[in-house]
Amino acid sequence: MDETLAKKLRILADAAKYDASCASSGAPKRAAGKDGLGSTTGAGICHAYTPDGRCVSLLKILLTNWCLFDCAYCVNRRSSNVRRAKFTVEEVVNLTVNFYKRNYIEGLFLSSGIIKSPDHTMELLTRVAKSLRRDHGFAGYIHLKSIPEASPWLIEEAGLYADRLSINVELPTEASLERLAPEKDGAAIEGAMAQIGERIVQAKAERRRFSPAGHSTQVIVGADDTTDAALIAKSAHLYGRVGLKRVYYSAFSPIPDGSAVLPLKAPPLRREHRLYQADWLLRYYAFTPGEVADASDGGMLALDIDPKLAWALKHRERFPVDVNRADRELLLRVPGLGARAVDRIVAARRHATLRLDDVARLTSGLKRARPFLVTPDHRPTGLTDRLDLREKLAEPARQLSLF
Amino acid sequence: MNAAPLVISRTVHLRPGADLDGFRAAARALVAAGVPPEGVAFSVEAAPGLFGEAGTGSGGAPLSLPRAVAALIPGVVPHRDPERYALLYALIWRVTRGERHLLEVMSDPLVHRLHRLSKAIGRDLHKMHAFLRFRRVAVEGEAEGTERYVAWFEPDHHILEAAAPFFVRRFASMRWSILTPDGSAHWDGAALTFGPPGARADLPEGDGFEAGWRTYYETTFNPARVNPAAMRAEMPKKYWRNLPEAAAIPALVRGAAARSDAMIEREPTMPTRREPAKAVAAMSEADPKSLDDLNAIIRRTEPLVPGATQAVLGEGPLGATLAFVGEQPGDQEDVQGRPFVGPAGQLLSRALAEAGIDRGASYLTNAVKHFKFTLRGKRRIHEKPTAGEVSHYRWWLDRELDFVAPKLVVALGATAVLALAGKSIPITRSRGPFRFDRLDGRVQGFITVHPSYLLRLPDEAKAEAYAAFVDDLRRVQALGRELSA
Repeated sequence: MDETLAKKLRILADAAKYDASCASSGAPKRAAGKDGLGSTTGAGICHAYTPDGRCVSLLKILLTNWCLFDCAYCVNRRSSNVRRAKFTVEEVVNLTVNFYKRNYIEGLFLSSGIIKSPDHTMELLTRVAKSLRRDHGFAGYIHLKSIPEASPWLIEEAGLYADRLSINVELPTEASLERLAPEKDGAAIEGAMAQIGERIVQAKAERRRFSPAGHSTQVIVGADDTTDAALIAKSAHLYGRVGLKRVYYSAFSPIPDGSAVLPLKAPPLRREHRLYQADWLLRYYAFTPGEVADASDGGMLALDIDPKLAWALKHRERFPVDVNRADRELLLRVPGLGARAVDRIVAARRHATLRLDDVARLTSGLKRARPFLVTPDHRPTGLTDRLDLREKLAEPARQLSLF
Repeated sequence: MNAAPLVISRTVHLRPGADLDGFRAAARALVAAGVPPEGVAFSVEAAPGLFGEAGTGSGGAPLSLPRAVAALIPGVVPHRDPERYALLYALIWRVTRGERHLLEVMSDPLVHRLHRLSKAIGRDLHKMHAFLRFRRVAVEGEAEGTERYVAWFEPDHHILEAAAPFFVRRFASMRWSILTPDGSAHWDGAALTFGPPGARADLPEGDGFEAGWRTYYETTFNPARVNPAAMRAEMPKKYWRNLPEAAAIPALVRGAAARSDAMIEREPTMPTRREPAKAVAAMSEADPKSLDDLNAIIRRTEPLVPGATQAVLGEGPLGATLAFVGEQPGDQEDVQGRPFVGPAGQLLSRALAEAGIDRGASYLTNAVKHFKFTLRGKRRIHEKPTAGEVSHYRWWLDRELDFVAPKLVVALGATAVLALAGKSIPITRSRGPFRFDRLDGRVQGFITVHPSYLLRLPDEAKAEAYAAFVDDLRRVQALGRELSA
């Protein structure tokens, strides 16, 4: 690889790394033909992990970090003094194919700063995807960041070649957008998301290909004063209205050459973690946004305990529940029991009566679950009601920095 | 059932590694002979040909096992745990002796243990698929498409044969070899073969993209979020020596705190570049400004369904009182590049003339801009666009009608109604004036049939339907005159 290309790669990977999503999952299983390259597995593969603990699944780069927008939180805003570079379409295609052939990556996650116009930029992104699919028979994963300000027909075209399209909400409220991202328009973003959502559903029904791995978005946490409850309410709204597959929460992180309007301190990484847990409660545990808010304190989720535990501690009248008799819905409310553990309990108890050490083999969260469960050999008498239960179950403070 | 014997009555000898066939044959024979798990010992022999009495071919009907059990066995056999065969046989024994649903009882100690073994194999396979790295073998004057790649990998368990098909699916057009301390796999573009163990020294020296990959790895790391424990949980140190990028880890971790502090402490700087005011202003001007602009975009966009010769654009003057929206171009339209020139179009022209509408003064277009067909012999048979395809094209129709700004928009047939209303509405019930959701509130709509519908009717019904169509067009004509007055 020649030095100019390596230099561009350094600049344009650095510029892209603040996007949290790197998922390569959800694409229909497929394999390239005899002359093509690549396959998708459905579940996705993480090919490496960097020392920040994040997975490297896709080659995540920008086509260019030149940008006409001036979003305060973004390292690539036009008023930033970072070094700039621009890949050609061919360079991105060539990098993707060669990294892929060495089994470094599952595919490409391509985004871009806005150059010339949103339409021009969107056309370039689509050209990369098209070239990979057509010229190289590439069957690996392609995630394109769509540009909501681009004409709707360009998004229609991008979905034909991408496995996933995404548009970042970035800031959850109109007021924050106006203050921190003046060129962005909340209504346009949601309109474009609705368009993508509608087309995904139609294409699935008609057995055509359009962004088959769904669409997703990212919100920045801690760059404005939006509460956790409000963030979760926004996510619930988006899951319902535009059929999003995932919302990614990205704790605002100090960037080189940061803007003066941003808060000085980054939010604790654990806040991001709690938001993901609350998001899972929405999607897999039948929690309503109201119940998540109920588990919070003035709209903010506790950092020392997970939101499901926080909810259970506030609703002790619902516990303890009998492992051998309780409905699935109720078991899902037990702290420490994941959806898979609940499925295993429900399957196993059809054939056997479960005792406490049986439950221990079905979940790794027994410590948290114990005070909320009843088995023939275990009754948490009084434990459920103890005032210091929270302290007993909280994660030790030294872990708080996630080191 | 007889009381369990206290001594081992049989010893089964299996091949080293993952001897699935040997185990299957042994299990059949043992179950057929009624040997309980306590009565059998499994031993793994390095030298071939030393099969014991219950070895391959010694009978026993195929076992009828629940699907989940049958699926679990190949997922456990590659494990290095010397007890794996005994544990699997214990499972088979219990399943065939009345506990058919045993696998559902994940709390059972045997099931729990087997599940952990199979999870370890799953993880080992997954990590091999993830962490194996190919190096390209440099060959002078090599032809495109015959590149050769080699990888060295050290799996925890005997998984090479189970792991290889993944690489065949993914890298079918490449030639490659995977070397491991247990054996090797080779793909020549047509067949997968397995061979003797390899050595790390057989790997080519470096690869032209390894430095670039390491650059990427270093750059995509965010020093403000350093968390090496999370990294090691998913990518344990034992893999590092075969990962070219892992050499960068120690320096990245060491330097992270300083880099992150420096970012926080650095004062925000003033932008040194001047504001690109002109470019920012020009950016919002990029929308198509005229019908010609829009048509240029439509013309250069590929059809959603491949096959069409060209996009068929709308035709007629801007500011026309009447706009007619059809379904999609047909065979003739596709060839000539003009709307409503085929048989249905000719019928429309005739009906328009009878109703006193000047076709040349009206705007004619289609909801979908490209011809979609199936080939039957040499004939291209028109195929109706799906709802999704109609939505795909409707942005253009919206903009087009904005530019033309007609007084009355006439939807010809169900597809046009779908495009203009955003949902399907039965034509027979809504024929006549209609307010379309997607049109500006000021623009009046009108629903009638598509002329191609008339062509498909049997002769006896045709005349009446045609007369009704002309009647509709007369109302359109009158409405149009009223609206433009």
